[in-house]
Amino acid sequence: MNKTVNQKAWFLVLPVFLLVAFSAVIPLMTVINYSVQDTFGNNVFSWVGLDWFEEIIHSQRMHESLGRQAMLTTIILLIEVPFGIFIALNMPKKGFWASFCLVVIALPLLIPWNVVGTIWQIFGRKDIGLLGHTLASMGIEYNYAQDVLSAWITIVVMDVWHWTSLIVLLCYAGLQSIPDAYYQAAKIDQASRWSVFRYIELPKMSGVLLIAILLRFMDSFMIYSEPFVLTGGGPGNSTTFLSIDLVNMALGQFDLGPASAYSLMYFLVVLLVSWVFFTVMTSIDKKGAV
Amino acid sequence: MNKKSYKSPIVMFIYIVFLMLPIYWLLNMSFKTNVEILGTFSMFPNKFTLHNYVTIFTDPGWYMGYINSMSYVVINVIISLAVALPAAYAFSRYTFMGDKHLFFWLLTNRMAPPAVFALPFFQLYSSIGLFDTYWAVALAHTLFNVPLSVWILEGFMRGVPKEIDETAYIDGYSFFKFFRKIFMPLIASGIGVTAFFCFMFSWVELLLSRTLTSVNAKSIGATMTRTVSATGIDWGVLAAAGILTIVPGILVIYFVRNHIAKGFALGRV
Repeated sequence: MNKTVNQKAWFLVLPVFLLVAFSAVIPLMTVINYSVQDTFGNNVFSWVGLDWFEEIIHSQRMHESLGRQAMLTTIILLIEVPFGIFIALNMPKKGFWASFCLVVIALPLLIPWNVVGTIWQIFGRKDIGLLGHTLASMGIEYNYAQDVLSAWITIVVMDVWHWTSLIVLLCYAGLQSIPDAYYQAAKIDQASRWSVFRYIELPKMSGVLLIAILLRFMDSFMIYSEPFVLTGGGPGNSTTFLSIDLVNMALGQFDLGPASAYSLMYFLVVLLVSWVFFTVMTSIDKKGAV
Repeated sequence: MNKKSYKSPIVMFIYIVFLMLPIYWLLNMSFKTNVEILGTFSMFPNKFTLHNYVTIFTDPGWYMGYINSMSYVVINVIISLAVALPAAYAFSRYTFMGDKHLFFWLLTNRMAPPAVFALPFFQLYSSIGLFDTYWAVALAHTLFNVPLSVWILEGFMRGVPKEIDETAYIDGYSFFKFFRKIFMPLIASGIGVTAFFCFMFSWVELLLSRTLTSVNAKSIGATMTRTVSATGIDWGVLAAAGILTIVPGILVIYFVRNHIAKGFALGRV
């Protein structure tokens, strides 16, 4: 749609601008303020320049959290993306069962994140959980509260359970937009199942798939509630991801300076990925709706 | 070779079982007594009881959590929609100075980790005296809900041909009359979907709502994560509380089923 130039449109945007400025700019200014100062209480602050940033960049703790975060995000994406595409290909196209499947698979997405943690906390326990009990009776060592591997597996499975549906829904929407004529042409050409997927379905849903991957990347990068409820970051620090680590530092120990420097670097990564996301979105918009 | 033959109902069946099993287990537990939960192991409650739900509906410590959560969620939805509607219209119809930058900046707030904002929000709302009120959480959640609303609504609005606006202006409609009488009914489903997503993202969020409340406006999420008492965790009540948080989603999901993908993809599918 060709838009007209109208500077008065700013008045329509102004409420949003003011509101978001209030809830985003003021807090960020606070963070920037703290990140370059040190305090000994009593609201006495002294300038320390970039010391906190240097400390955080060289701190073992940040490196480890970042490493764990990167590993989790990689594992999750590697499992959820192919799995989600696979499920989307098997979704019924129309009729009652299509609606039914849509409603049922969307359900995990609507559960409060802390409840997702609670569900898996209960589900995985040896004494009262179905999963934990079943594994125990089969003689498999599994205890997410004490064993690092079990904790990781539980978190990955939990996230796959929680978020694969998002990828399914987006890919399904992409698949729905493919006209039947494409499939008929493929049939006439006697294309194999793989080539139908490779040359028709995949290109047609590449736009939405990219959106799905970026959304999953971002959301897994700020995961907090689910592991917080499930393992509390443990055993030891083995499931302390970036957000958990940051909240511990900021609200637990009240280390304002380092926490703020930490926040800013975290936010920078987010900004970078958002920019990629935005570029993808606008290029899709230009090509026309998917 | 029919393309339907590629689809296997078995795959869907297994996936749905995988999704439903943990929820089923929670539901199952919510109808058991604590003695039964800890003592025996069964796929169905042996002694079916509604005791856990009764506890929640009679104990203010529990049911106030739902009322508090509902309150800030509703306030948040109203604020988000009220400011996002005109802004989305502006983005979908006009170009103006800095529009692309503003649109991008909104997106960064949808993507921003709440953990970064927890501490500054705590200080900000404490200093203006809103700490532990519905308004603090409602305003804090606009951080991601306003950008989300603008993006989703813009996606719906661009589908409405611009000629409709122009015809209405020629017919002598003022902007407000046009917006209320003609434009809003046209994107009614979009507004519904946006309201649903604002509701949902505010409802599922834990970190900010827990940080910004302590007693008076304590959210259900905060109540649930602080249930460890001297006698240990009351599993039955915890399960019932979990089930009750899923109910609002189930009630409305059917109506938005065809727009779920659109909502999650910020109106871009």
